[in-house]
Amino acid sequence: MRPQLPTLDLVPLYPLLVVTGWAVLVLLADLFVQHKRALGYLALTGVIVAAVVTVALWPGVPTSFQNMAISDGQALFFNLVFLVTGALGLLVAIEYLERKDLQRGEYYALLMFSLAGMIAMAAAEDLLIVFLGLEMMSVALYVLSGSNQRDMSSIEAAMKYFILGSFASAFFLYGIALTYAAAGSTNLAQIGSWLSGRGIPKDPVALTGLSLLLVGFGFKVALVPFHWWTPDVYQGAPTSVTAFMSVGAKAAGFATLTRVLYSAFSPTFTTDWVTVAAVLAAVTMTFGNLAALVQRDVKRLLGYSSIAHAGYVLVGIAAASPVGVRGMLFYILAYAFMTAGAFAVACAVERREQSTTTLADYAGLAQRSPLLAAAMLLFMLSLIGIPPLIGFWSKLFVFRAAVEANLAWLAVLGVLNSALSAYYYAGVVVQMYLREPGRSPAEEVAFRPWRSALAVAVFLAAAATVVLGLWPGAVVNLLMGV
Amino acid sequence: MNFPFLTLITFIPLLGAVVVALIPGRREREIKLVAVLFSVPSLVLSLIAWLLYAQNAGEIKFLEEATWIPTLNAYYRVGVDGISLPLVFLTTLLTTLSLFYSSYTIKKRVKEFFALFLLLETGMIGVFVALDLVLFYIFWEVGLVPMFLLIGIWGQPQDRPQYSAIKFFLYTLVGSVAMLLAFIAIYMTTGTWNILQIPGLKPLAGNPGLAIAAFWAIFLAFAIKVPSWPFHTWLPDAHTAAPTAGSVVLAGVLLKLGGYGMIRILLPFFPDLFKQFAPWIGVLALISMIYGALVSMAQWDLKRLIAYSSVSHMGFFMLGLVAAAASLEVANPVLTSRAIALNGAVLQMFNHGIITGGLFFLVGVIYERTHTRDLKAFGGLSAKMPVYYGVMLTTALASLGLPGLAGFISEFMVFRGAFALIPTYAIIGVVAIVLGAAYILWKIVQHVFLGEFSEERWQEIFNPAHWHFSLDMARFEVITMAPLLFFMVLVGIYPAPVLNVINAATTALLAML
Repeated sequence: MRPQLPTLDLVPLYPLLVVTGWAVLVLLADLFVQHKRALGYLALTGVIVAAVVTVALWPGVPTSFQNMAISDGQALFFNLVFLVTGALGLLVAIEYLERKDLQRGEYYALLMFSLAGMIAMAAAEDLLIVFLGLEMMSVALYVLSGSNQRDMSSIEAAMKYFILGSFASAFFLYGIALTYAAAGSTNLAQIGSWLSGRGIPKDPVALTGLSLLLVGFGFKVALVPFHWWTPDVYQGAPTSVTAFMSVGAKAAGFATLTRVLYSAFSPTFTTDWVTVAAVLAAVTMTFGNLAALVQRDVKRLLGYSSIAHAGYVLVGIAAASPVGVRGMLFYILAYAFMTAGAFAVACAVERREQSTTTLADYAGLAQRSPLLAAAMLLFMLSLIGIPPLIGFWSKLFVFRAAVEANLAWLAVLGVLNSALSAYYYAGVVVQMYLREPGRSPAEEVAFRPWRSALAVAVFLAAAATVVLGLWPGAVVNLLMGV
Repeated sequence: MNFPFLTLITFIPLLGAVVVALIPGRREREIKLVAVLFSVPSLVLSLIAWLLYAQNAGEIKFLEEATWIPTLNAYYRVGVDGISLPLVFLTTLLTTLSLFYSSYTIKKRVKEFFALFLLLETGMIGVFVALDLVLFYIFWEVGLVPMFLLIGIWGQPQDRPQYSAIKFFLYTLVGSVAMLLAFIAIYMTTGTWNILQIPGLKPLAGNPGLAIAAFWAIFLAFAIKVPSWPFHTWLPDAHTAAPTAGSVVLAGVLLKLGGYGMIRILLPFFPDLFKQFAPWIGVLALISMIYGALVSMAQWDLKRLIAYSSVSHMGFFMLGLVAAAASLEVANPVLTSRAIALNGAVLQMFNHGIITGGLFFLVGVIYERTHTRDLKAFGGLSAKMPVYYGVMLTTALASLGLPGLAGFISEFMVFRGAFALIPTYAIIGVVAIVLGAAYILWKIVQHVFLGEFSEERWQEIFNPAHWHFSLDMARFEVITMAPLLFFMVLVGIYPAPVLNVINAATTALLAML
């Protein structure tokens, strides 16, 4: 009797396959191509192809690949977020690496691999695929963080990220093991039906598994109190890497977190994780903002700001409703443009010999490089949540979801946090616009959209911040189909 | 489809800002010309709108409506009535005058200044015309950033412009986020953002605790902007630090955003709560009036003095509003008094814009020449600068409420209404009028214009090499002040054209409560 091979339906994995295949292609091309810049553009082409494939799959295909992967609207939307982030990350890197003398082919290949990991996470219907994607993404990011070997802080960042990230993976794996022990499956839908079939009393083993999974996710998306690695890594890593991972890794973490909570641990454990998520959200945004208030280094400041924003995103998840999920998805898209854009500006301002940018480096930017400063102004205002920029809508949507879910206290706290955060974001604006240029102006890239890839990235992010701020309906309509 | 008056009035300045931003920075003459020209259509259109509206006053006119974000039920919905129209006109007038004045006085970072100022105009007008809470909130915030930068970049270095700018920004932002939450709560119960429909739906009626929280959250946002004591501390810093045109618009228009919000949103949404809390809000109004006047009297910095006088004068506005809200009776004599008080309050906003805007221009006149605002440094300028003296005297007397000039009419109406409805408050409030006369006559008129002129002191502060216009008011300064003087006298002698429009809208509003 011949073994019966199951039929594999690879359709939902097309975006993943394109990105992975293209990553291998970039790796191979690295052997033959002298101009490493060209590899950046090659990778960028791959990202665009993957985006086209993703759009072609819209509005989603049913679960397949042995029920292990799914490309529903949510996964595809996340794919788009990842690919946008990847594209911005590549555009930034092409220019930044050249200036820092770090131009290397592996960089682009690794970025693509990490992108593949993220896409796998968003498409995962099974905890094993989640773990596979998580590791694929993380390992590539560890290496990328350390890609500036001449800079001690880059090496430190990589080391720190690797060690703490491994801890997180261990927690995560143990969580998977316990969940499997409780439910007898690693498939999210099967876990969900098993747990809800069992009903009350709740299974303590599953509850422990859930807790451990939450810890693992907490590390990956940098929720307080699992955030300690974030500022150091964001500051130490090459800025082009920070631009990419601050958005991509977080978005991927939230993609999976949402799926795990909503399909595996609902409705049996809903009240449990809602409480935990709400508390974590409250602590995360408050701590992130408070810590950011005292930062003098812009990358570090943005690092803490990204912690705070993870808290806002979690508000949408804690609402435990379709409105909340849509709010969260919108938030992540907004966050991608604002944060990647802000880090891209940081890349442009950063000097050749430094790996960090202090607030003082931004003094008088409006006079030295008005367009760059204007873009940064937009990102800062959007991060505060000033309308009509995209960041305003994202906050409005998650807070509205919180109010609807009887979490008004969380919305109040979130709103107070926005006001708090205005202080340090405005501090950047003060430097750029109200201070006179310092004695040694940083050698930022002249902002010429038609000449520089970095400028293209800044321009795209700024344009999205404004345009989607004026017509948020475009995204909301997309999300209604999710 | 009717002629889109309001859309044009609101967005032509924005277009101007974009055009200015596209002109190369070194072409300063062109930038200034283009900026002034782009502010004129809004001025003309708002005047035409006023004249058209006056023929048939009462309800909301020039309505425009378009779906904007369907899933959020948010609309692009604008319209004006007799309460908002005078304020729209005030905004366009003061902006055009400010841009014209600034084209002579702004020397650094010219392009940014004019682009930001036009953007600011769009934000301010938008607040007055928006009839959808989401749109209202957006315009409310749009004006914030340009003003922040105007204070911070073009402020005088000795006045700590950066500190003042951030303080202004954070104060306003704290208020507005509280307001946003209240708006969301209101939306949850009514399902609409429509400012005209919400009053009829009795927002949050089923949840008194939440209603009270929402009321105070919205009140906070508007009270910070008005500003009412104890939320006023950003004002003296911001007004003093801002460049002349910035102070003019801050005092002339931005404070009115808060006042307008109280009338358009707070009062109709929560008439019962407003009535219930009227005694407390009345106390805040009284403190603002008297405390503002006293602190004003203690100042030796001319600009700071006028800044504090705004706290006092906007207190009059609040007193009128409180009087109108203190009773919900519609019995004829009561309703008449309430209407008089509310008319007075709205007219007080218009007058304060004209008068205090003018005063800040006039501070600019002396500051541009001497680079000081220290009252002790002046004295006897009436002989040296007779035209300046005449203009300043007229404006200052209008501010203290001399009959025949604009300020008198509105203050009289506020007190006429308040005496009938909340007599105790009115009696205490009158003190502020006396104090107002004191700081204006004693501090401004006497210290600057009367007394001994000392040539020696004058030499110290005035350097002819730095001033290229005539010593007395230059032509551009006279042109800037002329329209304001015209309105001070017109409203003072024949207020009917303004009042008729206001009255039609306020009576409609009060009848609806």
